[in-house]
Amino acid sequence: MSWVNAIIQGILIGGLYALFACGLSLMFGVMKVINLAHGDLAVVAAYVALGVVGITHVPTVWSFILVVPLFAGLGYVLQRSLIQAALRRSILTTLLVTFGLSVVIENGLLQFTSANSHSLDIGSLVSDSFSIGSQITIAYLLLAIFIVAVAVLLGLQYFLSSTRQGRLIRAVADDREAAQLSGADYRHVFGIAAAIAFGTVALAGLAFGMYSSFDPTIGTDQLLLFAFEAVVIGGLGSLWGTLAGGILLGVVQQLAAQVNAADQILAGQLAFLVILVVMPQGLTGQRRTA
Amino acid sequence: MSSVEQRAARPGQANRQSSVRVTRSRRSALLAGIGAVVVVVILAYLPYIVLSGTTDLLVNVFILMTMASMWNLLAGYAGLVSVGQQAFVGLGAYFVLILANHGANPFAALPAATLACAVVGLPVWWLVSRLRSGYFAITTWVIASVCELIIIRYPSLGGGTGAALPGFTNLDPTLLTAYTYWIALAVTVVTIASIYAILRSRVGLMLTAIRDDETGARSVGARVPRTQRWIFVVAAAGCGAAGALLIISQLSVEPTAAFSVQWSAEMIFVTIIGGIGTIEGPILGTIIFFVLQQTLASYGTWYFIILGLVAMIVAIWAPRGIWGLIADRLNIRLFPVGYWLWPAGSTPRPRGLARLRGIRASESGAAGDVVAGDPGHLGADDSPARAGDAGPGDSTD
Repeated sequence: MSWVNAIIQGILIGGLYALFACGLSLMFGVMKVINLAHGDLAVVAAYVALGVVGITHVPTVWSFILVVPLFAGLGYVLQRSLIQAALRRSILTTLLVTFGLSVVIENGLLQFTSANSHSLDIGSLVSDSFSIGSQITIAYLLLAIFIVAVAVLLGLQYFLSSTRQGRLIRAVADDREAAQLSGADYRHVFGIAAAIAFGTVALAGLAFGMYSSFDPTIGTDQLLLFAFEAVVIGGLGSLWGTLAGGILLGVVQQLAAQVNAADQILAGQLAFLVILVVMPQGLTGQRRTA
Repeated sequence: MSSVEQRAARPGQANRQSSVRVTRSRRSALLAGIGAVVVVVILAYLPYIVLSGTTDLLVNVFILMTMASMWNLLAGYAGLVSVGQQAFVGLGAYFVLILANHGANPFAALPAATLACAVVGLPVWWLVSRLRSGYFAITTWVIASVCELIIIRYPSLGGGTGAALPGFTNLDPTLLTAYTYWIALAVTVVTIASIYAILRSRVGLMLTAIRDDETGARSVGARVPRTQRWIFVVAAAGCGAAGALLIISQLSVEPTAAFSVQWSAEMIFVTIIGGIGTIEGPILGTIIFFVLQQTLASYGTWYFIILGLVAMIVAIWAPRGIWGLIADRLNIRLFPVGYWLWPAGSTPRPRGLARLRGIRASESGAAGDVVAGDPGHLGADDSPARAGDAGPGDSTD
C-alpha cells in the first residue's frame, strides 16, 4: 500500500511541477525563448508574498491576488525590454541574458535576505490531511495545489484555443511574419505570452512556498530543472503533455524515495535522460523543433 | 572551404591574386608574441619575489582563465552554449581525488584527470548532441547535477561533505604553493596555446565559419557535427584540468562547490564581457573579473551582481565585448587567427596608426578577423584593399 501512496503523492506533486512548467513551455512555444531565470522568478514570487504578508497581515493564501498580477506585469515589461532586445540579436543571446538574470536574482536574494530558508505560513493547512484506508493520506494543501494546477492548465488550454487573444498568440507562434502581415503586433503578443508565463510561475512559486521551505538557491538547483524536465518528458507544444510529464517526474521521484530518500532527485533526472534517449519526442510524440 | 584555405595558405602562387599579399600576422602580432613570452617568463618568476597570497590569487585567475577560454571555444566558436561545464570541473577534481586516494601524486594525477574528463565528454556529447540551443543548455546542466548526485553517493569520496586531498603531507608548504602556481600557469599557457593552434588549423577555419553562420558553414561542406564533438571533448578536458587545479590549490573538495553552476556563471560572464569569439576576450574578462572582485570584496556578492548586469548589457548591446571594441578601434589582434589581405604596393608593416589598418572586418558581422575569401568582410573604403579590387573572393574558380 505504501507504493500506492507513493504514486498518489507523486501525481499530486506532479501537478505542482506542471504548474511550474507551463510558463516555461508557453514562452518556448511562442517566442522560442528558454527562460533560464524561470525557477528564480518563482522563488522571488515566494519572497514577495512573504513581504506582502509581513506588511499587510492578509492570510497567505490570498497573497496571490497581489503577487500574480504583479508578476504578469513584470513579465510584460521584461519581455518588451530585455528579452525582446536579446531576441533581436539571437536565440543564444536570450539564453545568455536569462542566465544572467537568473544569477543576478539569486545573488540579489542572497544579498538582501539571507541564505536561510523560509516558508510561507499557512497555519494548520500545511499539515491537515484526510486518509483513505490505513496507508493513504492526502494533504489538503497538495490536493488543492493539484486542483489549481489542473485548473490553470485547463484555463490556458481554453484561452489558447478559443479566445481571440489566444488564437493570436498561436498564430504568432506558428508564423510570426504571416501574423504580422495580418496586422498583429508580434511584440505585444510576445509580451502577453510572457505575462501569462510569469503569472503562472508566480502562482507556482507561491504554491511551492506553502508546500515546502525555500531559499535563494533552490530556484536554479531544483525548480528550473524540474520544470524543464516536465516539459521535455511531456513533449513540446502540449499542455496535457506537460501535465503528464510533471506527473511522471513526481511519481518517479516518490517511488525512488520509497527505496532511498536520498535518491529522489537523481532518479527523476535519470528518468529524464532515459526519456531523452529513447523517446526524444516526449510522451505526447509531437515533433521537436528545438 | 578547401579552395579558400589553399589560396590563403599559399599566397605566393602566381595567379590573378598575385596582386594581393595574404599574411596571417602583422607587426602587432609579432609584438604580442614577444610580449606573451615576456609575460609568461615574468609570471613564472613571481613565486621568488611575491608573497604566497598573491600567487594563490593568481592560481584562481589561471583556473578561471582556463575555464573561460574553454567556454569561449565552445560557445563563441562551435555555437554550443553550455551551462553544464561545471560537470567537468567537478569530475576533474574528483578524478584527482580518486587517484590520490590510490597513492598517486596529485600533480601527476592532473593530466590523467584531464584525459579522463575528455573520455567522459564523449558519451555526454552523444547524449546532448541531439539537442539544440536552450535544450542543449539545460540538459548539460541536468548532467552536471546528475554527476554531483552520483558522486555524493560514494562515502569513500567524502559523500556530501567532501574530502581532503591526500598526497602532499611531506611537502614543504612554500614549495607546494610554488609548484601549484607553476602547474596552474602551465595549464593556462597550454590551454591558450592549444586554442590558438586549433583556431589556426583547418578546424579553426571551420569553427570560424560556424561562429559566423552555422547553416552557411554546413552548406559549404564544413563537417559541423564532427567539429562540434571534437570541441566539446576538448572543452571537457580543459574544464577537467581546471577542476584538477581547483582541488590541488584548495587541498580539499566539496561536491556542491565543485559542481556549482556558479562556475558556469563565472565563465560565461567573463567571456561575454571580455569578448566572445576572440581568444583575447576571456583573458581580458578574467582580469576584469578579479579586479572587480578584489575592489568590491568587502561588499559581499555585489561584484557578482554587477558583473551579471554588465554581462547582460554587453550581450545585447555590445556582443563582441570589450575586446571587440578595442580591436575595432585600434585594429589589433594579439592572436591572429584570420588572414590579412594586402594589395600590391602596400607593405604588411605600415607605419603610423592611420595606416595601421589592413582590411577592416565588416562592422556588422560577429567576425573579429578578416577571413580571406569572404567578400562580406572586405569593404571599408579607406582600407588598403577594396573589395572590388583584387580580393580572393572574386577570383575565378
